[in-house]
Amino acid sequence: MFRFIVRRSLFGLLVLWIVSVAVFVLFFITPSNVARTLGGKLATPATIALINHRLGLDRPLIAQYGHFVWRLLHGDLGYSYYNSAPVRQLLFSRLPITASLVFGAAIIWLVGGVAVGVLAARKPRSLADRGSTLFVLTGLSMPTFLLGLLFIYFLFFRLHLAGVDWFPAAGYIPLTQNPASWAQHLILPWLTLALVTAATYSRLTRSSLLEVLGEDYIRTARSKGLSEQAVVYKHGLRSALTPVVTQFGIDVGTLLGGAIVTEQIFGLGGVGQFSVQAVLTQDLPVIIGTVLLAAFFIVVGNLIVDVLYAVLDPRVRL
Amino acid sequence: MSVTDLAQVAPSATGPALAVQGRSPWQLAWARLRKDKTAIISAVVIVLLVAFAVFAGVIAHLAGHGPNDQFHDTGLTVDGLPVGPGHHGFLLGTDNLGRDILVRVAYGARISLMVGVVSTLLATVAGVVIGLVAGYYRGAIDTALARFMDVVLAFPFLLFAIALVSVFHPSVAISIGVIAFFSWAAIGRIVRGQTLSLREKEFVEAAHSLGCSDLRIMFVDLLPNLVAPVIVLATLLIPTAIVFEATLSFLGLGVAPPTASWGGTISDSLSFYRVAWWFPLFPGIALLITTLAFNLLGDSVRDALDPTAQRALAQ
Repeated sequence: MFRFIVRRSLFGLLVLWIVSVAVFVLFFITPSNVARTLGGKLATPATIALINHRLGLDRPLIAQYGHFVWRLLHGDLGYSYYNSAPVRQLLFSRLPITASLVFGAAIIWLVGGVAVGVLAARKPRSLADRGSTLFVLTGLSMPTFLLGLLFIYFLFFRLHLAGVDWFPAAGYIPLTQNPASWAQHLILPWLTLALVTAATYSRLTRSSLLEVLGEDYIRTARSKGLSEQAVVYKHGLRSALTPVVTQFGIDVGTLLGGAIVTEQIFGLGGVGQFSVQAVLTQDLPVIIGTVLLAAFFIVVGNLIVDVLYAVLDPRVRL
Repeated sequence: MSVTDLAQVAPSATGPALAVQGRSPWQLAWARLRKDKTAIISAVVIVLLVAFAVFAGVIAHLAGHGPNDQFHDTGLTVDGLPVGPGHHGFLLGTDNLGRDILVRVAYGARISLMVGVVSTLLATVAGVVIGLVAGYYRGAIDTALARFMDVVLAFPFLLFAIALVSVFHPSVAISIGVIAFFSWAAIGRIVRGQTLSLREKEFVEAAHSLGCSDLRIMFVDLLPNLVAPVIVLATLLIPTAIVFEATLSFLGLGVAPPTASWGGTISDSLSFYRVAWWFPLFPGIALLITTLAFNLLGDSVRDALDPTAQRALAQ
């Protein structure tokens, strides 16, 4: 078990290293206009050269990469070109927003998706099943920004016109400042993110549970006289949830790196929106920082899920 | 004596003898697909969409508005806001720059369909080839390729995609490349799994002992058995690619403006939806219908090719 964890962690580190090299190569090989932009329109070539030197952009690539990794190992993610602050500080101050969005939505989609999937699996081909199928189809076909726009239009704008202001469309209130406002501002973003993801979970739960309910041990449990509820929830769901747990870890890990579209459309100043801004202004240190942070979360998410899977299913511990 | 001989020896009482023909799995699948109503409807919708995209130029000509022509006098109200559907010959209304939305949605269909289909094609070819090679050769090659696929799947793809696009500047080619790059690993992983189990079968051993080259075994013996799951995966990958492209365009990193794209139009509409409901609605509907059609078709194709598989959509 320990060896399994060690092996997976090493692989995770390998992935992070490859991502760092890829990101570095991508951005430092292409000529950038950073020095010129920072210097302003009236900068002389001497000033531009000085800025380049100060930023370390005129050193050989290998030296720059070495310096970059050295700083990384010390937890230093660099200094933003345009925000005049360390990247680490900029990212970590925005992390709570993304975390609020992702964890809130995660609870909704996990509970909702699994509930719908279980309902559909218990009564195949019934009205509930067909309803869940429609739900799955809409969720799979709907891009996040479209759903967000629909919510904003109907639950914010239309209600606003009618005098009801329950669901604000933008902005973020920190939890510590006002919990009720915090939740209220996050309802629409939570629903948007959760509904699109719940569809996949409902489909996954349904097919997984259907497969498990066809197993022999379920038939034994039923013939032993256990109630349908005990059979489905205590025995069936336990094994059926393993692929769901796996997917959950991956999804949460991926989204913590920035639920980009949702943050953009609802004006939540999280990591995702910040990374888009950085890309549009070509703020290299921030871009590198966000990509590495996102990769880190994905790797950690995968690792946790792999370990959990090995704990739940001993056959996996290879 | 074959079955056909029997039929001729004993003619039926009702009429001339009919030769009995066996049907191949492909013909059976095709027969199943033809009977599936959702498949037919989605296929028709897709054909109509393709026609809509192909004839975008004709539509522009008939309407008298080009996709990038701005009509500040007829296309905008006195306050400079978009006009609604039906006014001044704009069937679906105009956008914030006075451009005809019908024409822009038609041209946007070209981008979405082209990027969606081409990137899926590239991803499928790459995924199949790499998956086949990894699964067939096993050993060190397989470990290396499988790890490579795991690394690609571990990338924060949307973030990296927008970073890549920003470095190389938005264009159709970049969009296609980026989407294909992040999609091939999913296909590759499944093809690799199938190949690993298929290569243990006797027909592969037989081909090997006949002296067939590795390449021949991979592409003549193994590949035809993989076609069914690959077709299903590819058909279901297209809507994902289309949504991916729309998301990139929405973030301003897809095709460069002023080229029309559905995501770009929806993004432009964010400041105007309160006064111009038609502005986001029509590209939104187009996007939704396209993705729905491909998803439904993909599920129907999967049902047709393997009716015993677990169905996500109960018939």
